[in-house]
Amino acid sequence: MGTTLDVLNHEMVPDHQIMGEEEVADLLATYHITLEQLPKIYHDDPAVKTIGGEVGNVIRIIRDSRTAGRAEAYRLVVKRPKK
Amino acid sequence: MNSDMEQRIDSLDLPYRTREDLKVSLADQDVTEEQFEQILEMVFSEYQKSRIEPCEAVGVVAAQSIGEPGTQMTMRTFHYAGVAEINVTLGLPRLIEIMDARREPSTPTMAVHLLDDWAFNRDRAREVSWQIEAAPLHEFGDITIDMENMQVLVMLNKAVCDRRKISIDEILEAGPRKMREKRHFRDFDVEGDPKRAALTFTPKNRESYQNLFQLAEHVRHVIVQGIDDIERVVVRKEGGEYILYTEGSNLKDVFEVEGVDTSRTRSNNISEIADVLGIEAGRNAIIQEALSTLNEQGIGVDVRHIMLVADMMCMEGEVKQIGRHGIAGEKESVLSRAAFEVTVNHLLDAAIANEVDELNGVTENVIVGQPIQLGTGDVKLIAKPINLKI
Repeated sequence: MGTTLDVLNHEMVPDHQIMGEEEVADLLATYHITLEQLPKIYHDDPAVKTIGGEVGNVIRIIRDSRTAGRAEAYRLVVKRPKK
Repeated sequence: MNSDMEQRIDSLDLPYRTREDLKVSLADQDVTEEQFEQILEMVFSEYQKSRIEPCEAVGVVAAQSIGEPGTQMTMRTFHYAGVAEINVTLGLPRLIEIMDARREPSTPTMAVHLLDDWAFNRDRAREVSWQIEAAPLHEFGDITIDMENMQVLVMLNKAVCDRRKISIDEILEAGPRKMREKRHFRDFDVEGDPKRAALTFTPKNRESYQNLFQLAEHVRHVIVQGIDDIERVVVRKEGGEYILYTEGSNLKDVFEVEGVDTSRTRSNNISEIADVLGIEAGRNAIIQEALSTLNEQGIGVDVRHIMLVADMMCMEGEVKQIGRHGIAGEKESVLSRAAFEVTVNHLLDAAIANEVDELNGVTENVIVGQPIQLGTGDVKLIAKPINLKI
């Protein structure tokens, strides 16, 4: 059929990267927070599936911010709760 | 400015855009080391001043900043405004829809962008629109009811099928299949004749005329081409390229159609975007939709307030509404939840479940009459008894 869908290519989807363990430790230390205090993203989120993220990974998201031009955000991959 | 200075700008703890702007404005300037130092210092202190103070109640500020212009909207709400002959809900109803995170907006619509090979040719754009627009069987030929033999006869029109780029065989196959799958109507037998381009439907119960007419109704309206949810497609030329505007939304299926640009096509159905493209795209969709709804009414709300709302809605990995089934309903504190909506139910449930309120938040401390943890209230000072002798 038509062109294959690559979620990350869509203009509304910012860049997603899996962070290394050291980077995560640094991140938590800078903001004085625990892992659970990060915003969440589900393990079956299309963007996470594309980059191959697993439960427990922290994803760095580089957004095109309307105010700062570029902004980094972080999300912890969690399992989607059953309804 | 030399590259050394550029590097020093990059290493500063400033937002990306501020750094870039600084570089651009200094690019052709001849500044001495001393002046450069001074500029950096002033930019940095200006930036510090523009930052929000710690312990500032940003949520309340955002609520006020969106809420007050919202009252202006109520007084001059246009429920509908035509965009490319397609009606779209706008104004306050739309804003409420966004904040409530409805599964389906009241007027779902998409803007389908096309790939280069299709975008600049009207006929080719039309071809894509036929693959998308849901077309019922009666558009492809004549449907007659034969009362004598208790049959529904479909005679397909070859010219129409050719024009709409669908083969007779496809229709003969899709018609009965879609009737069973999508319309859940199975009480019929079918016979297709590819040579005569005809379909003959016979109801299982041959005694009842009511049944026959019911069958004919299903035959007429079964969708044989296009995507079921998309009722209408309008082709419009915008900035040199053709864009398809649709009534109805189905991102997943539209992405499968040949010629559709999967990197620019968008929908106004936020939860669909979040499902197909992920939570981050959902966040972007909330910001964009809310901002364009407000701007369309001539209301300027700072994007930071909307970004805060969108961030809160997308915190947990899925789009949650603001309100008692979402953010407000999942607060830790009993008193805070009870203060919002359905007070008695929350208090009753909390009493039954033996819940404890830690009094950490703002609302619950206002209720019990304690200082709140905001602004100066969040700073704890302890007096050291130095000259105190007892």
